[in-house]
Amino acid sequence: MNCNETRNLMHGHLDKEIDLVRAVEIEKHLEGCAACNAVYSQETAMRSAIRERVSYYAAPQWLEARIRAALPKQGKKAIDYRQPSLNWLGFAASMAFAVVITWGVALHFNAASEDELLTEEIISGHVRSLMADHLADVASSDQHTVKPWFNGKLDFSPEVLDLTTQGFPLIGGRLDYINNRPVAALVYGHRKHFINLFIWPEESREKSLVRTKTKQGYNLIHWKDSGMAFWVVSDLQEKELMQFASLLQQPATAQ
Amino acid sequence: MADKNRRFEEIALPHLSSAYNLARWLTRNDHDAEDMVQEAYLRAFKFFDSFRGDDGRAWLLAIVRNTCYTWLKQNRVQELHDSFDEEEHAEADSGSDPQTLMLQNADKRLLDLALETLSLEFREILIMRELEDLSYKEIATVAGIPLGTVMSRLARARKMLRDSLERVMQEK
Repeated sequence: MNCNETRNLMHGHLDKEIDLVRAVEIEKHLEGCAACNAVYSQETAMRSAIRERVSYYAAPQWLEARIRAALPKQGKKAIDYRQPSLNWLGFAASMAFAVVITWGVALHFNAASEDELLTEEIISGHVRSLMADHLADVASSDQHTVKPWFNGKLDFSPEVLDLTTQGFPLIGGRLDYINNRPVAALVYGHRKHFINLFIWPEESREKSLVRTKTKQGYNLIHWKDSGMAFWVVSDLQEKELMQFASLLQQPATAQ
Repeated sequence: MADKNRRFEEIALPHLSSAYNLARWLTRNDHDAEDMVQEAYLRAFKFFDSFRGDDGRAWLLAIVRNTCYTWLKQNRVQELHDSFDEEEHAEADSGSDPQTLMLQNADKRLLDLALETLSLEFREILIMRELEDLSYKEIATVAGIPLGTVMSRLARARKMLRDSLERVMQEK
């Protein structure tokens, strides 16, 4: 084997991917050729440098749980991806959610009135978005298109989740003005209904209980978490809207 | 059948770190890598019925790679155009001693940086070969390239990494 052939097959030899006969020939050539031997040592050094010193990124521990939870759970019949199917985990979550809500509603029964004005603003925002045929400024079902769209338009970056597989496809996002400040409005669909999710930052990082409201035929769900206020509004039934809201909270709990 | 979930989890979940490592090197940040891996697993589950082979890792990594490429196409299209021409760059290695010395002195941070600045096709093939220890056959499956191309692309990638390392060490 000459120098040219050796150089051509060197990487295969390094990776132990060539047959024994040629491997022996290469070894023989390397013994007698200082130039090829130098190149081969350099390749070997490169290889061990990468293997020993380049970062290996292991998956964060919580990711496995998040994936397990996101996988569709199969019941007796095959899953139809276009139909929202309530898996047992989702069901358990919404049950837990319902308990929290009941408790929250009881606790905050008296304090609820202070949010009255805000509730009206939220409903107005929702109705306006449907009336003016102006649901979304950025119409995309891709969370990685919607999230960056808010860059430079808001002084915060809202978390945008794609819940298509759970039956709530992302439709888009837009800017709205609520509570005397610009807010992020994310629009989701569910069958023929629309859901507006309003998000804005709060001064306090305190986590609030989840509250539900019904007004003018609209259902609202509201909570605060990690310094953000969340308002969900839709003409969807309360139970389905709760399922939606619990999905929004799941990633945080999985982490 | 719930059996499908169990089988899928048994085949796919053990390779979570391989999946994440590849996605992390392709997207170059944690958050996007997390999203990519989750989306890839959902896709993999959807197409699990068509999985016939015995190499679950290569099958999964191919889906991870496709998911990342689709996303890159939509979000960072310039990275995909940052391509190479194998013919144009074909040249012999010098094999000089200073390069070996340089390698010995390169610390982890510089090596990472040199690899990060490599174009996608070189970066991914080095990750697959050196960090995941995939065979040429598996690399061909994951990257969707002919088996015969794997060795030459690896040779190019190693050469490119050396050049890249030289650059980042000069800029240091």
